[in-house]
Amino acid sequence: MKIKCLSWCLGVTIISAVLLFITFYPLPSLLKWQSPFLSRCFFILMVCFAMGLVRLFLGPTAADRAIAIDTLGILIVGFCAILSVPTGRDWYIDIAIAWALQSFIGALAIAKYLEGRGFDE
Amino acid sequence: MSEVIGTIFIVVGLGFDIFGCIGLIRLPDVYNRIQATTKCVTLGTCSILFGSMVFKGFITAAGIKTFLCIIFLVLTSPVAAHAIARGARISGVKLWEKSVCDKYQQDKSL
Amino acid sequence: MMKSSIILFIIYFIIWTLLGFSFDLQHILIGIMVALFVVFLTGDLFTLRPSHFGRVTRYLWFCYYVPVFIWECIKANVDVALRVNPKLPINPGIVKVKTVLRSDTALTFLANSITLTPGTLCVDINPREGILYIHWIDVKSEDTEKATQLIVKRFEKILKRIFE
Repeated sequence: MKIKCLSWCLGVTIISAVLLFITFYPLPSLLKWQSPFLSRCFFILMVCFAMGLVRLFLGPTAADRAIAIDTLGILIVGFCAILSVPTGRDWYIDIAIAWALQSFIGALAIAKYLEGRGFDE
Repeated sequence: MSEVIGTIFIVVGLGFDIFGCIGLIRLPDVYNRIQATTKCVTLGTCSILFGSMVFKGFITAAGIKTFLCIIFLVLTSPVAAHAIARGARISGVKLWEKSVCDKYQQDKSL
Repeated sequence: MMKSSIILFIIYFIIWTLLGFSFDLQHILIGIMVALFVVFLTGDLFTLRPSHFGRVTRYLWFCYYVPVFIWECIKANVDVALRVNPKLPINPGIVKVKTVLRSDTALTFLANSITLTPGTLCVDINPREGILYIHWIDVKSEDTEKATQLIVKRFEKILKRIFE
């Protein structure tokens, strides 16, 4: 119980430190965007992405890795939606739609493989 | 005005995304992780998409495409989570050892 | 069969028009051709009872269903976000519930609604007897009747009026 509380406090400290660093430190902007706020949103989504990658490496079973990949696919849709605002290019939304459908079909294929059925049943 | 509303929606969506990913790391077994991610990450990303839709305006080409993307995401994400949970249960992933009951095991073993 | 193809053609054409969002003659002609081709490929897979699309009351009940669904979805997100706190106990388990819905569309929408509402995740469906196996993050009762009362009844009344 004590170890659990300790690891929880450690996790909260690390995550809030990273979030405060992103929010208040004057980060260099990635591209020639005029909006530093949306650049910071981009970095926060990168933190989410890193957590998904941790579960992808640690996951004890195949289903853990499958759900991590599904989560990463949905997060990429968020990336495209945020990127389309400051750059003003609408075709990022097209990429978002295509990526959502492709991620769904990939998740279904992995699930069928986990059930032990063939791909044409 | 529309920029302020869009910014609020994007920030709320980012918060839900972060909570979902913390749940993905913290919770003990596959089914609890699926619960956390499929709810929080789906609604967080939908909120981000709605924020960018407010930025772009509703009755434009990009706005209507974003609305269709929200509908696709809400319809497809629970189906994918359901399929992965069923695949994990059939392939024999155990529940957490402190779980209360497992009616599925009882029904299928009869 | 013919009615189902016509309804599917209208839906495909609306989606094409919204994705392109330009109302020239050539865009609309290409859209009609593509929609006809896809209907020729997948025409009889969509619906079995096309007469249900003509009733207005079903659309009105669907309009009532959407805000209820969004409200439950927001509650689910706040619930999961609160579970980051280690003091909040979780006792997960898989319970069995019964439903009176039988058609495929209604069962799909019921499973989606259950997955996006607080603390529940649909694991498997037995469509012939109407049994759903649900993973519940905080099991309040293992009894089938009580679990049905707590999980399914909110959506079952509305979905029965929409899809059955």
